[in-house]
Amino acid sequence: MCLGIPGCIVKIDDAARMLATVDVSGVRRQVNIACIVDEEHPVSSCVGDWVLIHVGFAMSRIDETEAAETLKILTELGEAQAELEAIHLSAAQQGGHAE
Amino acid sequence: MKYLDEFRDSAKARILVTEIEALVSTMDVPHDRPLHIMEVCGGHTHSIFRFGIEGMLPKQIELVHGPGCPVCVLPMGRVDDCVSIAERPEVIFATFGDAMRVPGSRKSLMQAKADGADVRMVYSPLDALAIARNNPAREVVFFGLGFETTMPSTALTILQAESEHVTNFSVFCNHITIVPTIKAILDSPDLKLDGFLGPGHVSMVIGTAPYEFIANFYRKPMVVAGFEPLDILQSIWMVLKQIKEGRADVENQYARVVPDEGNAAALHAVSRVYELREFFEWRGLGSIDHSGVKLRDEYAQFDAERKFTIPNVKIADPKSCQCGEVLKGVIKPWQCKVFGSACTPEMPLGALMVSSEGACAAYYQYGGIKQHAAAE
Repeated sequence: MCLGIPGCIVKIDDAARMLATVDVSGVRRQVNIACIVDEEHPVSSCVGDWVLIHVGFAMSRIDETEAAETLKILTELGEAQAELEAIHLSAAQQGGHAE
Repeated sequence: MKYLDEFRDSAKARILVTEIEALVSTMDVPHDRPLHIMEVCGGHTHSIFRFGIEGMLPKQIELVHGPGCPVCVLPMGRVDDCVSIAERPEVIFATFGDAMRVPGSRKSLMQAKADGADVRMVYSPLDALAIARNNPAREVVFFGLGFETTMPSTALTILQAESEHVTNFSVFCNHITIVPTIKAILDSPDLKLDGFLGPGHVSMVIGTAPYEFIANFYRKPMVVAGFEPLDILQSIWMVLKQIKEGRADVENQYARVVPDEGNAAALHAVSRVYELREFFEWRGLGSIDHSGVKLRDEYAQFDAERKFTIPNVKIADPKSCQCGEVLKGVIKPWQCKVFGSACTPEMPLGALMVSSEGACAAYYQYGGIKQHAAAE
């Protein structure tokens, strides 16, 4: 109930009642999109958008840039760790200190 | 699946665990007083157990599982009210599956169904409205349940019913709000918390501003967190960093789903349809002021509480049941006297053993008990 699931809007079924079909991992279902429609995102523009679906309602448009940003920070952390390990390793091999 | 799998990457999880260990090692945490971080939301509790996140964390960090499972905090009397409505011959009672097995004082909705009541499990309140459309001679009652995450969906369904002039549809409204609940926890004298993981999907609706009081008045860090393992680990790291730097801020780790300002359309529907109740009774936590909502007078025709006579009797939890202490994080699920003996997911005594988002069911199901038994 509280976790929700990401899906992609594939078709607008009823623009007046704000009903659309989403594809969730190959399963299609009709959902209400009233909460993700605004001036910037009219109903007709929603096809192809990724949304988070809770109990039959699209409650949030997933922000691709923000998702990529979160993952990028993690990748950079990984690279920094690998770099540090390499420095430690090289220092150890030369018998010096890594500080 | 897109937007799920990439946030479950185990190599990245290891990186984050290393970062958390490195940060904690510079923080001088006393051996007998680990840092207590509460995840408010039951969805987080579920993910934490499902992915074994507690087991990855250094021992200086202890996660406290908060009260954010709407099924778990439902008092027994409310379940009795549901059963009483469902047992009326003209009624079709529609509910989310989570609520089916919560014990009432006489029976659960599941048992009521077995005894002949017309109880139907639905995925969405819109499904309940469809049942009403297809059964004009029956009264369809939807059990409205959940925090701000599901509150707008019930409100929008009521607005839809109004626009279609559906007259045989109503809602038994048990929606609850998160902020007064967090405040009640912060004011609880037996609790010492060092920071919070904020509920991601409640925040998707209400935004991050309503939490400012936690940082400003209570001086506790709060990080709004997503639900995948990388989200939770990164959020824990962000809370630690605030503690280390002596800061108390509201931060948003889950920006891909949570806009800081929340969802205007959802909030509009909520304020149109509901108003605050003076107080709402919670299982284990007692009565909390302004923590629940009811339908406004304009929508009285969709209010099951006005359409039917509801017994509304307060029923005390079984004496042996310590759900309240577990909910507040005062004791761990496995420290409850009836955990795993008189209270199991098959025969739950308390609500925390019922829902997959309840701390006790999660411990029971994912083997937290083994881990702790070994550590004792």
